[in-house]
Amino acid sequence: MAFLKPISPNTSTTRAPQSQRRNEPEAIGPGTMVSVTIDGATTEVPYATTILDAAKKLNIKIPTLCHHPDLCVAGVCRICVVEIEGMRNLQASCAYPLTQPLKVNTHSRTVRQARRHVLDLMLANHYGQCTTCWRNGNCELQQLAEEYGVDMTRFGSVVTPKHEIDRSSYSVVRDMNKCIGCRRCVRTCIDLQEVGALEATRRGAETLISTFQDKPLGDVVCIACGQCINRCPTGALMANDPTDDVWAAIDDPKKHVVIQTAPSPRAAIGECFGQPPGTALTFELNTALRYCGFDKIFDTNFTADLTIIEEGTELLMRLHRALVGGDTTAAVPQFTSCSPGWVKYLEHFYPEMIPHMSTAKSPQQMFGTIIKTYYAKVHNIDPADIVTVALMPCSAKKFECNRPEMAASGYKDVDFGLTTREMAAMIKEAGVDLPNVPPSEFDSPFGTATGSGVVFGATGGVMEAALRTVIELVTGEKVETLFENANIMPVRGFDGVRYAELKIPKVGPVPPILQHLFKDFEWLNGVTLKVGVAHGTANAKRVIEDIKAGGKFSECHFIEFMACPGGCLGGGGQPIPTSPEIRAARAKAIYAEDMGYDIRKSHENPDVLRIYEEFLTDGPCGHKSHELLHTSYTVRGRFIL
Amino acid sequence: MSTRNPILFNDIPAESGLRRALEMHPLDIVAEVRASGLKGRGGAGFPTAMKWQLAAAAEGATKYVVCNADEGEPGTFKDRVLLSDFADLVFEGMTIASLAIGATGGIVYLRGEYTYLVAHLESVLARRRQANLLGNDILGRKDWNFDIVIHLGSGAYVCGEETALIESLEGHRGEPRNRPPFPVNTGYMGRPTIVNNVETLCLAARVLARGATWFRQYGTHASTGSKLFSVSGDCAKPGVYELPMGITIADLLVEVGGLGAKAVQVGGASGHCVPSRLFDRTLAFEDAPTGGSIIIFGQQRDMLAVARNFMEFFVDESCGQCTPCRYGNSVLLDGIERLEKGTCSIRHLNELKALGETMELASKCGLGQSAPKAFLSIIEHFHDEVLGREPPHFAA
Ligand SMILES: Cc1cc2nc3c(=O)[nH]c(=O)nc-3n(C[C@H](O)[C@H](O)[C@H](O)COP(=O)(O)O)c2cc1C
Ligand code: SF4
Ligand code: SF4
Ligand code: SF4
Ligand code: SF4
Ligand code: FES
Repeated sequence: MAFLKPISPNTSTTRAPQSQRRNEPEAIGPGTMVSVTIDGATTEVPYATTILDAAKKLNIKIPTLCHHPDLCVAGVCRICVVEIEGMRNLQASCAYPLTQPLKVNTHSRTVRQARRHVLDLMLANHYGQCTTCWRNGNCELQQLAEEYGVDMTRFGSVVTPKHEIDRSSYSVVRDMNKCIGCRRCVRTCIDLQEVGALEATRRGAETLISTFQDKPLGDVVCIACGQCINRCPTGALMANDPTDDVWAAIDDPKKHVVIQTAPSPRAAIGECFGQPPGTALTFELNTALRYCGFDKIFDTNFTADLTIIEEGTELLMRLHRALVGGDTTAAVPQFTSCSPGWVKYLEHFYPEMIPHMSTAKSPQQMFGTIIKTYYAKVHNIDPADIVTVALMPCSAKKFECNRPEMAASGYKDVDFGLTTREMAAMIKEAGVDLPNVPPSEFDSPFGTATGSGVVFGATGGVMEAALRTVIELVTGEKVETLFENANIMPVRGFDGVRYAELKIPKVGPVPPILQHLFKDFEWLNGVTLKVGVAHGTANAKRVIEDIKAGGKFSECHFIEFMACPGGCLGGGGQPIPTSPEIRAARAKAIYAEDMGYDIRKSHENPDVLRIYEEFLTDGPCGHKSHELLHTSYTVRGRFIL
Repeated sequence: MSTRNPILFNDIPAESGLRRALEMHPLDIVAEVRASGLKGRGGAGFPTAMKWQLAAAAEGATKYVVCNADEGEPGTFKDRVLLSDFADLVFEGMTIASLAIGATGGIVYLRGEYTYLVAHLESVLARRRQANLLGNDILGRKDWNFDIVIHLGSGAYVCGEETALIESLEGHRGEPRNRPPFPVNTGYMGRPTIVNNVETLCLAARVLARGATWFRQYGTHASTGSKLFSVSGDCAKPGVYELPMGITIADLLVEVGGLGAKAVQVGGASGHCVPSRLFDRTLAFEDAPTGGSIIIFGQQRDMLAVARNFMEFFVDESCGQCTPCRYGNSVLLDGIERLEKGTCSIRHLNELKALGETMELASKCGLGQSAPKAFLSIIEHFHDEVLGREPPHFAA
């Protein structure tokens, strides 16, 4: 029957249910300002502001657990209840919109009693010991128990664990014995990422956050992004931690242990050492890693530059096929492939779009391959004795390095992926006070990095790096003539989906590095390059649906996708907590680091140029690079058997 | 004036309410309902006219009328009688409501266990469509288009709560929403929606048929009209009774042959337990409100077993969304088990009472807010009976 259709055809099936969405002001009614008195202090706030936000404005702290600045409202933990004059029931301040003047008390007798009961009830159903918990010292439940004076387990405690720990995923470990049912992970997965791998199952005290048919997480449609970990208030979710194996490799004198560090962890790891978000510790980190015992410390930016050359060349080849050859199978727009969560998302949800995916490997994987081939050869080390470790902001990178095809060197290209958090723990274990160690350089031969590699960490960064290179290679002009300081502002920012156009004003001669592929660039003269950027898979979904519907993104030439909100700097392996403000601070650090580099364009990186001279001698996208630096994808689909 | 079956169970001509509404302006329909003082019969007793007026005033071309036929409250079976014997009256009420608020869609959310009624209800709907009591330009009134579909629930008690019901209709897990916003503004599919109990809709049709003044002659000032009571338990004549609002429990017991009862549970599992010395209390919104369930306990009943029975119900039926209810019910049930064994300390009992208060005040929806009521009232009124259990080592 016609009237039973959803409001808008865009209402996707995986969106969080209304009960867990933000109370949209327009859903309640129009208006301007409302006055509210909280604990005797009065202020005015925009219509439909929540009591919680109004209290923040007044510097009144109300405890929260299920509330998260990135997520829709849930109103389920009830720790944030307050008393409103004239109302019998307490109200959840995180979910209560102010639509009329109210008098609120945030710590009346019943409020304090309710809070204590909520905590008591959670603790009575929580199995875990803080001393052995990875969130010890950074756990919201623990902190509230301390702040609100939990003095005894009034309603009992769990003496034996009820749930088996699920370690099936390469990326996320689930220990539901520590879960307090705040459902932040559910909302992250369903609403922020629109994946929907997690959902509340069963009812009452048996309620359990679980997967489709309670299958192990490794067997369901999970993209390994780890965003759920970053938003879990407790130790119930954690990344699959290979720290012990890494220590074992370091301790083994036969092993040559090489670590590459990605740009985003360096801009965030300070947070694990009490530094404010946005503190870049790139060179201090090098020192700390040497203390830990890594034999060589390289900069992932090197292969980020290599990625730009390969992916940019691939783009030009696709455009040539499409624009000159009229080849309709060229699969334009080309999609970036460096975010393994995004790759898995596409493989699950839009496998028919796989031809659009750049075949270039991610910087992490390129690095692993280069280390176990070129580097091993040059330094005369048996690749079997090399252990490659990757310090990444990401939990999906752990999945990526375990993909079976990632063995182009003849060995597992990247042995272990470490998250920023795990690295911080290792550094602490080694007794290093990271913020206060002297800085030191990366090791050569992959020590030279460019600003382009650094900006990979922020959403829009891959696009910016690619444009800097493509513009210069094609026009023969400095990108600075088009964009001040080579900062391509239109692709920066945190809007979920961004679109930019750039007319190629003139073309130059084909540079030597591309002469094996193109005779001239006349065919690009006057072409308007159209590019897109999306971060967070919910936004990626918007873009893909637009392409399928023939919208403006279908006319794009190149689109950057990142699985995580904010890009890698908001990755699932980054320090906890996360919020829009924290991610913005990390982005600032990353862009500042970019400005500090002498070389800021990938194609000017001398180490990269040398590798094409010495090793990948048939040039970008040549036979050798195809063998080592490019990959293939798997049609996964979204149905679980 | 007979006090039995005054409004619903009588032979007022079919469709007379609808035909009168047809002649009226929507605002006048709401005004008539307001004048009648009709309050919702689903349990909460919200003034029906206010709900309709808010939905009528809400913006939007698409609005819905939802008939709450989930009837999940233990000891309630009166809506089943209305649906099987007075289906036309239910649909008449929904159709009148559609005119009052400007709705184009009607949905009956039918309790899963009532699946056997679907064929009957569908045939009544088909007949009404044929008679132009549903469909386009109903009864010749231009642009009054309204039709009704039946949606089967799947067995969760909480889906009777109106916002959980809407979630369930939308295909989600049946969990209550945060309020505000209320369904009258943001309901089914985000559209203005009224959710009314089956009985409320039937009464509204009668109000339109006979007028507000006629309706108000039954009941009390604050609780007008009659009420269907689903009577079960230790009495001679269990069944569904239509009696005026404001009748005392004692009078009702006379009516149903339940004299000598020890206690009466008013309002089902989510209601509270009234001991015999308080049987002069009235069944009305201002005194002892009930959605209809009246369960009578004879002298032989163990009140702790009664409490346990209700508590087990809530342990199973909590949707598991919010902390106080998800875990609180289990703690209270554990307390009852301790009382049974005579091992519940007074200190712990006081803690349980406080927890009950927290559940009432801080739970997200009506389920958790009312779950401790039966337990708390039994503890209060049957203190000696409940506390007098012997610990196991004495019993031997
Ligand atoms: C846990 C719970 C279960 C409920 N079950 C029902 C039900 O089965 N039938 C019903 O009409 N109302 C039920 N209600 C009340 C509804 O939420 C709502 O108030 C009612 O449908 C409104 O209709 P009324 O205004 O006509 O009473 C329930 C409420 C709660 C909290
Ligand atoms: S989750 Fe928090 S409270 Fe629980 S054991 Fe870990 S640190 Fe302690
Ligand atoms: S890792 Fe990402 S996709 Fe997987 S459950 Fe967590 S949020 Fe969902
Ligand atoms: S796993 Fe963590 S985020 Fe998810 S519901 Fe449990 S405590 Fe909350
Ligand atoms: S009170 Fe109970 S039924 Fe209601 S939302 Fe909370 S857990 Fe669910
Ligand atoms: S923080 Fe408000 S209910 Fe959880």
